[in-house]
This record gives sequence, structure tokens and C-alpha cells, in this order.
Amino acid sequence: MSTIKLKYEIPANDFIIAGEASSNVKNKLTQIGVSADIIKKAAISMYEAEINAVIHGNGGYAYVEIFSDKVVIKIVDSGPGIPDVEQAMQEGYSTAPDKIREMGFGAGMGLPNMKKYADKLEIYTEVGKGTTIIITVNF
Amino acid sequence: MKEYFHSVNLDKDKCRGCTNCIKRCPTEAIRVRKSKAQIINERCIDCGECIRVCPYHAKTAINDGLDIINNFKYKVVLPAPSLYGQFDKKYSRDNILFALKSIGFDYVFEVAKAAEIVSEATRQLLKNNEIKKPMISSACPAVVRLIQVRFPGLIDNIVKLESPMEVAAKIAKSEIHEKYNIPMDDIGAFFISPCAAKATSVKSPYEKQKSNVDGVIFIKDIYLKILSALNNVDNTKKLAEAGADGIDWANSGGESGALGTEKVLSVDGIHNVIKIFDEIEADRLSDIEFVEALSCTGGCLGGPLTLTNVFIAKTTQKKHMSEASKKSINGIYKRSYKDLVWTSNVEYKPVMKLDQNVSKAIEKLEMLEKLYEELPGLDCGACGSPNCRALAEDIVRGTANETDCIFKLRERIRGLAEEMVELGGKMPPVMDRDK
Ligand code: SF4
Ligand code: SF4
Repeated sequence: MSTIKLKYEIPANDFIIAGEASSNVKNKLTQIGVSADIIKKAAISMYEAEINAVIHGNGGYAYVEIFSDKVVIKIVDSGPGIPDVEQAMQEGYSTAPDKIREMGFGAGMGLPNMKKYADKLEIYTEVGKGTTIIITVNF
Repeated sequence: MKEYFHSVNLDKDKCRGCTNCIKRCPTEAIRVRKSKAQIINERCIDCGECIRVCPYHAKTAINDGLDIINNFKYKVVLPAPSLYGQFDKKYSRDNILFALKSIGFDYVFEVAKAAEIVSEATRQLLKNNEIKKPMISSACPAVVRLIQVRFPGLIDNIVKLESPMEVAAKIAKSEIHEKYNIPMDDIGAFFISPCAAKATSVKSPYEKQKSNVDGVIFIKDIYLKILSALNNVDNTKKLAEAGADGIDWANSGGESGALGTEKVLSVDGIHNVIKIFDEIEADRLSDIEFVEALSCTGGCLGGPLTLTNVFIAKTTQKKHMSEASKKSINGIYKRSYKDLVWTSNVEYKPVMKLDQNVSKAIEKLEMLEKLYEELPGLDCGACGSPNCRALAEDIVRGTANETDCIFKLRERIRGLAEEMVELGGKMPPVMDRDK
């Protein structure tokens, strides 16, 4: 069974490039013929994770694997980690600095949105080391 | 399914295969093969970008020609709001409409007037909480086709109301039928169009089986005729009825401006439209209830088959608006918006899909990625595909070869040349004296 493995670099603090990886994945899912609402789930949750890595994680990498029945998106950063995951899961909770909020990012919807759109969300985080987020969306 | 019809076409004799057009096409619908451009029909949305960009004017639009009006006993002309901006400021709307009518029509009905009716219907829809927001205008057929091929997630956001052109044809026909007792079948309605997209929406309408419009004549084709008729205008004739709100539909921002709410966004230029649609599809556009998206920069005044420069046309259009009352002089027809609602829906056209079967599509995508890695990434277009990725896609689809890439070809030739040199150094044993 063939799968597609993709890797993207997520540069730190670069809002111009942020979101490119998720829109790239969106195009690929379209070429495979995945239905629109599923593509939307994958694209939005990946975008949020990507933006989080840009804002909080000093950038990192996105590893995407597309199977015939699901897509698994792994976003790895080596940022400060999340001290209290439960708190971070709450809508509107944000530790983004003002200057980023002014740009319209960091409204505290990142993790809640990922949870809303992903079929499975795994968060591995260690303070001082970094965060790995794994999003699974089933076709 | 019947073959997909679209209006934009290639004049083979004029095409030099220069590859200018392939890069501008928003759906990557053009390839150059055998030094001629080819349009992949299912992908073309008739936006007319290629008509604008072709330096040799080889891209045209299939037109009905003026003679088509002779197929009907009674002829109605439906000028697009963008027609007004085409002529010198000194001519009033009455002048233009009179000149247009005198070319051979029995009746004029301004599409701008119908636009006001559609605006009213849209205002009613906006209040309806059951309708998905943001609503996306369906006024530009190129944009609706774009959604069909590239943004399936936005199909439910399309405003499912008939276009001003359709509404105008319908009202004009029934008015004439009632007033003069002329059988419906004898009445022909002809739209004066700024673009090919409108012609397509008449020939193969997405929202219903048959259009009320019987023919489309492009502004560029009728311009001269109107111009000469303008020489002997009758200044006593009053034909202009539409209000400024309707005339403004020719401009980007006109349709949304008539809705009476701030929660609107208007975007023009097909490549800008794509960016905004990406935002909407990803749920990143907040507090917007209506999106007016027009394929042409500046709106229909910038249509690919108009003649006057869009920025000049805008000033002229402004003059016409200032001379008109805000709303149509007869007041707009009191009717429920329900009459205007589409009877069927548009469908997603998955033209980007690599295969019907998901596993096969994955295999193909994997192959595509590998091929793409190997290509030089210069996006030069010399292979006839718009960029390296598109070439990789074409190879996977079986419509191109790796050696279509001139760099790949050179690599192969160099390899062969080296091999030849090596072989050339080898002597047949009978002739080899060193042995
Ligand atoms: S009309 Fe638009 S979509 Fe069609 S081939 Fe030309 S540029 Fe492409
Ligand atoms: S913006 Fe107007 S002129 Fe341009 S393609 Fe759309 S409907 Fe036609």
C-alpha cells in the first residue's frame, strides 16, 4: 500500500510563509480526490498547528503522511513547551505577546480549533524542550 | 454527460506558441503542444485572462454575431451596465440606449434595472439566518466556475439567485408579451456582454436547463455600430430608467455597496479572488456576510471584451451614476425573492483529481512528487506546461514526457554524447593495430 510522506520546514516568526505547508497539503488532498469537508478539517487543524509553531515554538518541522484512508500530520517544534495543556485547550486562552495579537494571530483558538477539526489529537510536550502535535484526520 | 461547453477559444493561425498565456491561467488550463496553445476544456472557467495577456490576439471568444437577432420576429436588447462606460462622456445614457436600439432592436431593457431587483432579493436573503454566510455573489460566472473546479467547500456559499441578465430577459419578455400580445416564442432577447463568461452562462447555464437569453453579442463587436449610430441621436427619447445602484454593478464594489451593510467584502481580479477564497475556505474571514467577487480587475468595466480602458470607463460610469436617481425611476418591482431562486444547484467538478480511485491517486501523486524533485524547478514553461509541477502532473496523467523538459533533454543528450565518444574510441578488433 503506497503512502505519501512529505516534510516541510516551518520557519520561526515568519508570518508570510506560515500557512504555506497547510495550503500545499490541501492541494495534494484535492488531487487525491478527498472530499471537501475532510480537506477543510485537515487544512484548518494543520494551519493552526503550523501557526502555533511559528508563534510559540521557534519554528520547526511538519511531517505529513497521506494514507488511503487518513492523513497524519505531525508538527514538531523545539520551543518552550506547554506548561499546562488543559489550560491551553481552553478557548481564548493565549500566551501570545501583544504584538502578535495585533497582527490578528494568537487569539487562543489554536488548540481548541485543532481539537474541533482533528479526528484524533495527540500532544506531547515538555517544558524547555518542545512540543509535538499529531493530528489525524480520517477520510 | 454532454461535453462541457466554454466560450474562450484559440485562433490557431495567430498563435505562435509563445507560452505567455499558460502562466496566467488561474486553473492551469492551457498547454502549448506542437507550437500551439491548447485549452483543457473542463478546466477553463472562461475568465478571459488569456485573452488579455496574448500578445498576438490569438485567444478569442466564440460569439453569436449580430445576425443572430434575425432569427426572431421581435428583438429585445439587454445592455450590460458596463456598456455605458464605453463611450465618450458627452453622450447621455438615453443617447447610448437610443443608438443601441436603432441598430435593429425593437425594445431595450437595461440589465442595470434587473440588477436592482437582484440587490433587493439579496438583501432579503441576508436577513435569513438559515443561509450560509458569507454569501458569495454569483454575478460573475467565471467566479462560479472557479468555485466549481477549485473550491468545492464554497459551493454552499454561492448566492443561488438568478443573475441580472437572466432576470432582465425574463421580465422584458413577459412585459412585451403582455403589452403587445406577441407570442413568447417570437421574442428574442440579446445580451450585450463585456465578457466570454456570460456567453458561457447562456450556452450552458449551471443553474437551469435553458437560459432566457437567446444570444450574446460582445461589446467589442457592436461598439462601432453604436458609435456611428450615436452621430444622429434623438435627444427627446427617454429610455434610461435604471438607478445609480444598478448602474454601479459594472464596478467592483457596486453590488455589495447596494446591500446597505458594512459586513461586505469586495474583491476583483481572478488571482485576488483565489486568495480570498482560500481565506474563506479556511474559516479565517470573520464578520463578513457577503462577498462580491469579480474575475476582472475593476469589475465588469474591465471585462476582457470591452474596449475602453477600465480606469477611464470608471470615470464615465461615475458620471452616468450621478445623472441617475439612486433607484430605478419606476421603483423596483415588488416581488418575492423566491421567484429568483435557482431551481437546481451547481456541482463540484473534480478536474484536479488524479484518479477515480484513492489508492491509485496516491500512487500517482507519489510518482508526481518524485518526478517533480528531479525537474530543475525553473518554471520556465518551455515544455509547454505552466510550471515544473504541472509538467510532473502532465507526465503522470500521460499527456507529456520527461524529455519535454529541455534541461532533462539536454542531460539525456549529454549522456548519449559521452557514450558516443566512448564508443567512438573503441576500434573493431580487425582494425586495432596496437594488439
Ligand atoms: S479563459 Fe481563463 S481559465 Fe480559460 S484558458 Fe483562458 S485563462 Fe485559463
Ligand atoms: S467580472 Fe464581469 S466582465 Fe469579468 S468575467 Fe466576471 S461577469 Fe464577466
